[in-house]
Amino acid sequence: MLQVIRADGEFDPKVEPDLSHEDLLKMQRYMLTVRRFNEKGMSLQRQGRIGFFMESTGQEACQIGMSYTLTPIDWAFPSYRDPGTCLVRGVPLSALFDQMMGNSADESKGRQMPVHWGFSKWKIVSLSSPIAAKLPHAVGVAYAAKFRGEKSVALASLGEGATSQGEFHSAMNFAGVYKTPVVFFCENNQYAISLPTRRQTASESIAIKAEAYGFEGVQIDGNDILAVYKATKSAVDKARSGGGPTLIEAITYRMGGHSTSDDATVYRSPEEVELWKKRDPIARFTAYLIKKGVTSEQENKKLIEQIDAEMSAVIKEREQIPPPAASTLFTDVYAEMPWHLREEAEEFMREEGENGPKGEEYEKEPGSF
Amino acid sequence: MTISNIVQTVNETLRTEMRRNGNVVLLGEDIGKDGGVFRATAGLLNEFGQERVIDTPIAEEGIIGMAIGMSMNGLEPVVEIQFLDFIYPGFNQIVSELAKLRYRSGGHFPAHVVIRAPSGGGIKGGLYHSQSTEAYFTHTPGLFVATPSTPRDTMGLMRTAMRGSDPVMFLEPKRIYRTVKEELPADEEFTIPFGKAKVLKEGTGVTLVSWGAIVHTCKAAVELASKENISVELIDMRTLMPFDLDTVLASVRKTGRVVIAHEATKISGFGGELSAQIAERAIDSLQAPIVRLGGIDAPFPYALEKTYLPSPERILRAIRKAAGY
Repeated sequence: MLQVIRADGEFDPKVEPDLSHEDLLKMQRYMLTVRRFNEKGMSLQRQGRIGFFMESTGQEACQIGMSYTLTPIDWAFPSYRDPGTCLVRGVPLSALFDQMMGNSADESKGRQMPVHWGFSKWKIVSLSSPIAAKLPHAVGVAYAAKFRGEKSVALASLGEGATSQGEFHSAMNFAGVYKTPVVFFCENNQYAISLPTRRQTASESIAIKAEAYGFEGVQIDGNDILAVYKATKSAVDKARSGGGPTLIEAITYRMGGHSTSDDATVYRSPEEVELWKKRDPIARFTAYLIKKGVTSEQENKKLIEQIDAEMSAVIKEREQIPPPAASTLFTDVYAEMPWHLREEAEEFMREEGENGPKGEEYEKEPGSF
Repeated sequence: MTISNIVQTVNETLRTEMRRNGNVVLLGEDIGKDGGVFRATAGLLNEFGQERVIDTPIAEEGIIGMAIGMSMNGLEPVVEIQFLDFIYPGFNQIVSELAKLRYRSGGHFPAHVVIRAPSGGGIKGGLYHSQSTEAYFTHTPGLFVATPSTPRDTMGLMRTAMRGSDPVMFLEPKRIYRTVKEELPADEEFTIPFGKAKVLKEGTGVTLVSWGAIVHTCKAAVELASKENISVELIDMRTLMPFDLDTVLASVRKTGRVVIAHEATKISGFGGELSAQIAERAIDSLQAPIVRLGGIDAPFPYALEKTYLPSPERILRAIRKAAGY
């Protein structure tokens, strides 16, 4: 298993990837931003200010490290546990909160539940809830790029639970057959909701599955951002130069529950969680940065405070944005509205108006689970 | 002028569209050297090469899923599903992904994939080479559904499907792939818009609405009815999503009696939707209850397939029922 930084921050200079101090600091900022984003997301949901949230605490190194290898021409298919991918690609924090609040500034017009993002400008493909469904899309996007002789790569992220789905098998199989420039990045966070990895598959690893499809699978320490970066960079470079797909298995841990509707204490022990706390990806990278003299404890603390202040300001600002207009219920179903939908829309707007239904009974309807 | 059957028309339409647009690619099982099990893609591999005529592993979810990705990145894929009955491994890709991408992304990631699938029974195909399950797709917002019954309509509707930007389920009437022939328009700009039904025969006594291969069975029933002095107006819907309600309502308002005949099982079939629409909008014009005729509400059989499918005589009895009420 590839590892560059040990849990105590010690590192092997021989395997360190080639990254400038500026890059390292950027990575740290993204990691800290994602950690704070998760805290804010949980608290916004608990306060009823957003309807739902899915935490990715503990998986920051995966999100940031894999996405840091991409260039603007590349395509990203992140999962709902990859807000870091959005940030690294350039999506402003405000857009992430617009999505979670489902307001009228959201590119997907408030149609998707929180953390189901899509940001077209940054080639981040809109994701759906059924897991693994996007994997064949990444293969298709990569096929089209190869077809036109472009040098772009598709990076698709998945959890280990997704490897049980038929679409995982199809995507891996098609990618192998057509040798498409695609990288599958599996964040093996040990649980698919409640099911541990050993009950998800009898394979000795996720990475080994790639062998059956005729390409390379590699296992890495997913809590070591430099190992993540290094392995993904090498897979992306290989794909870009015509070498075909790679499956990366990053061993990590989902520190929180599956979602705000989940209680992880039902299916895992506090001892196990404590053990993984000691392997925290941010603590490890911080220790590394301090050891290398890239930052100091004080500077890091200042950075956290700065991120916190910025995020609070963004949330305050984005909460002022009104919800989408009721007319968006009817648009984008088709390129042009067919007659039956236009008729429904006209009748609805006549009766309900642009701001949608109102009334005491309507307000009483439960809105989240 | 050459006379073409339906499967030759599919082939010709794909060929001319692929010549016209270099981004059109085909994907499916055995569509390359083999030319597809019905030969709909015969010769296309030779002309366009394996980058554009893509033989795939046997995995409908992979085929449709990959096509969706291709479409996101500038290609215009046309998928062949060997039989409509085999489409279900890809159902999640159609319902959760293809149909919803435009909407869920706020219009930013539309997917334009045309899915061709031979539909309907009568070829000695048993349970899994015979079904007409168009209603699964008309029940999913975001999909268009075309059900041509002639070569000319196949050409016109397929061009509209391929030149448009929405996902289309293109359900081909496989029983009559080779038996219905006609001359095709030479004009490459000839298209037929979706949502325009065709009145195949005008009549005054009963409106008979149908689509797909069974339209030709309906024609025979109309002949039988005319011998009994029942004048039937026969309408071929041609597309079910969108559907041309105006043509149906205009006819019902004239005749006051309506029979809807389809191959699909009756319960929750698209005939149910049409019946409801007619009842909601033209109940004052109706002089008889709406009569629906479909396949039996049971799986599709092998030995008794001719008995299972609505015959001209069964359709005639339905016409008599509506006319004599």
